[in-house]
Amino acid sequence: MNPKIDIQGLSVYFNRVPYLRSVHLAVPANRILGIIGPSGSGKTTFLRALNRMNELEPGSHVEGSALLDGQDIYHPQYDVVGLRKKVGMVFALPVALPMSIYDNVVYGPRLSGNQRHRLDELVETSLKAAFLWDEVKDRLKTSALRLSGGQQQRLCLARTLALEPEVILLDEPCSGLDPISTAKIEEALTLLKERYTIILVTNNTKQAARISNETAFFLMGEMVEAGPTERIFTGPSDKRTNDYITGRFG
Amino acid sequence: MRIPPRITQLGAILILGSATLLTLAVLAFIIVFVLEKGLPVLSLRFLFTNPQDMGRAGGIFPTLVGTALLPLLAVAIATPLGVGTAVFLTEYTRESRVTNIIRFGTDCLAGIPSIIFGLFGFIFFVTTLRMGWSIASGGLTLAFMILPTIIRTSEEAVKAVPKSFREVSFSLGATRWQTVRKVILPNALPGIVTGVMLGVGRSIGETAAVIFTAGSSLRMPTSLLDSTRTMAVHFYILAREGISTENAYGTAAALVIAVLSVNLLAYWLMHRVMAKRS
Repeated sequence: MNPKIDIQGLSVYFNRVPYLRSVHLAVPANRILGIIGPSGSGKTTFLRALNRMNELEPGSHVEGSALLDGQDIYHPQYDVVGLRKKVGMVFALPVALPMSIYDNVVYGPRLSGNQRHRLDELVETSLKAAFLWDEVKDRLKTSALRLSGGQQQRLCLARTLALEPEVILLDEPCSGLDPISTAKIEEALTLLKERYTIILVTNNTKQAARISNETAFFLMGEMVEAGPTERIFTGPSDKRTNDYITGRFG
Repeated sequence: MRIPPRITQLGAILILGSATLLTLAVLAFIIVFVLEKGLPVLSLRFLFTNPQDMGRAGGIFPTLVGTALLPLLAVAIATPLGVGTAVFLTEYTRESRVTNIIRFGTDCLAGIPSIIFGLFGFIFFVTTLRMGWSIASGGLTLAFMILPTIIRTSEEAVKAVPKSFREVSFSLGATRWQTVRKVILPNALPGIVTGVMLGVGRSIGETAAVIFTAGSSLRMPTSLLDSTRTMAVHFYILAREGISTENAYGTAAALVIAVLSVNLLAYWLMHRVMAKRS
């Protein structure tokens, strides 16, 4: 089966300094790929390369290619706006836009001019999939800023789901959350992989072990190794991977 | 010898407190002074009847209209230009020598004395473009005068919108323009309104730039190409030519009340907008 995303020799530079060096990685569809590694290892840069968010920073430069369904997203003619609708992203810190819960969820779909009843439908399905519906269904028109941190992060997930993307990128989505909110997000992700390709950056190796099917280990801008989660955690082929997951550094 | 923190703390409160008090006292003194002299003359009749004998008798109705129209026109022209420039500088260009030069230019523009704007308006709008002394000439001149203020405050307001909001918007497939319209402008609105209000304040009390461009006709204007006289100019002429000190203060009181109510209205509107969104 062809991989959903095929990354071939991808390097990312900011002001000529390499942050990601020649990464090769194939991401299969309908799986969760966990990305682990210490801070500064290039995990986030890698994730942001997949929906071309890096280029919002001045001085960024990309080499190599990343194929989504066989098409290079770095081809000059590739539609970036369309890419970001296909490849949704949830950031490390929950950022609810200062508008109502409803308006937050439909922010993306509304840009593409969806009808009102379709938006209502999207709000319900997305919030349900993010395990937030029951908590907010009676106050969809109130400000999203009144939600707790954990609720806001699930709102961000719902907002991404409402795009009806094919790939979901998550950048340490649980780093600031309590265990219960974390469990809810993990549960949601496990169900969501049926329909989406999920790439999850996490600082929590245990989280990767719990929910990811494949795991990739990044260190200092390079991908050290990748493979089925079970093998990475039980018999990594690289000594550095072993040191990291056993907690000898990082 | 080291002064004990308790004393320095007390000293700080005392000094900062009296600075605040002094500021408020000056404001209160000016308002009380003007109102005390002007209120006896001020009445609905005074506000809404035409002046007679060059303002020696009668009311100030035409100047009330002029005072409303000129800043309104100025703001209507300067706001889209200023906000547009601010958004372009912050969202569509990267920091560079060019943006710094543009910014330096607007700062210089802000420092130019209003009478120079008046002179420019007179030469350019009144004579070269043959618009004559008119509301249009005056409004355009005032628009240029308040433009730098609106650009600078709008720019700060746009910059203050968190970067994360932009990232979220882009990540949800928004174009730059959609991000500006849906996220940046709504969140920068309070700051932008502040800049516009500063512009209104500056143009409502302006005399030098207005005399040169809008003239000082006391007749009721019927079109944008008619000359008009603002309350500030009326006050200046009444006092300067010794026409009527009482009516001069009456006009001044009306002007002060107008400025205060415009500011209060703006604050009230702002609070309503903010309350609705949070």
